[in-house]
Amino acid sequence: MKKWRAALFLFGLVVYFTFSESSSAFAMHIMEGFLPVRWVIFWWLVFLPFFIIGMRSLIRITREHPELKLLIALSGAFTFVLSALKIPSVTGSSSHPTGVGLGAVLFGPWAMVVMGSIVLLFQALLLAHGGLTTLGANAMSMAVVGPIVGYGIYCLGKKWNIPRRWTIFFAAFFSDLATYVVTSLQLALAFPDATGGVFASFVKFAGIFAVTQIPLAITEGLLTVVVWNFLSTYSSRELSQLERGV
Amino acid sequence: MKRSLFLLVFAVLLAATPLLFIHHSNFGGTDDRAKKTIQVIAPHYKPWAQSIFEPPGGEVQTLLFSVQAAVGAGIIGYIIGVYKGRENRREESK
Repeated sequence: MKKWRAALFLFGLVVYFTFSESSSAFAMHIMEGFLPVRWVIFWWLVFLPFFIIGMRSLIRITREHPELKLLIALSGAFTFVLSALKIPSVTGSSSHPTGVGLGAVLFGPWAMVVMGSIVLLFQALLLAHGGLTTLGANAMSMAVVGPIVGYGIYCLGKKWNIPRRWTIFFAAFFSDLATYVVTSLQLALAFPDATGGVFASFVKFAGIFAVTQIPLAITEGLLTVVVWNFLSTYSSRELSQLERGV
Repeated sequence: MKRSLFLLVFAVLLAATPLLFIHHSNFGGTDDRAKKTIQVIAPHYKPWAQSIFEPPGGEVQTLLFSVQAAVGAGIIGYIIGVYKGRENRREESK
């Protein structure tokens, strides 16, 4: 019965967001050219060390545990699929989930830095979605902060003995939300409000996207749990290996 | 597996619900909206870089997005199949 109560609660949320006031939505990726040069350089410089850490982590995992390569591919593919899903939002626009939570939970945040960046590069090159100059900033929000937050939530859930499925759900949920918080922070820093400054700009952006993004983050959480369920049924050996730490 | 099916159906419902209530919108990407928001906050800002390649037209863009989803889904399906096959073999050999 507990399941139905949770479903009812989530349905209530959907109804609430559907009828709450519409406003314009906020962005997943910062578009090409829409970040001033100094911020482009700044975010690239911040991002690059994380990418190097990510590469080293990925190389170490694949060298020491080649049997985990399939799972890494699965995490990457999951991000690939989810960031192609343009889901309509209640505010009349569409946006997509990030999918980085799953890999972060499995491998820790660093391996996903590389995976997320590859997906962003693909979208920037072929889909004109995001951009090469803004890639540093976009990768920072989706491929660095998203996985770190997801992994942090996962660790907390483990510590507090929250049922594993809920932990996974919230890890994906918050990694998705964190991505959008960082994106709006990045834009607020680059485009501070004329009167209220960065903070006013951020409140404006974050307030707008929160309404749009919450149902999307719930969707991402649910899909992540589905894949997790499958892995725990058919790939328990790898999961327990990861549980012990790679 | 029943639980997963339930979650999947719910995820689809959650994604589709807005369509029931909003008819007047074309559900444009949020990036375009962000662009407009930036132009309101900083009207004098000129974008200084252009995408190297822009998919010609909405249909081509849809195609490329579908390719992205299909490639990813194919990989996921393959890997899940590998794991499932391995598990089944282990069951049989018991």
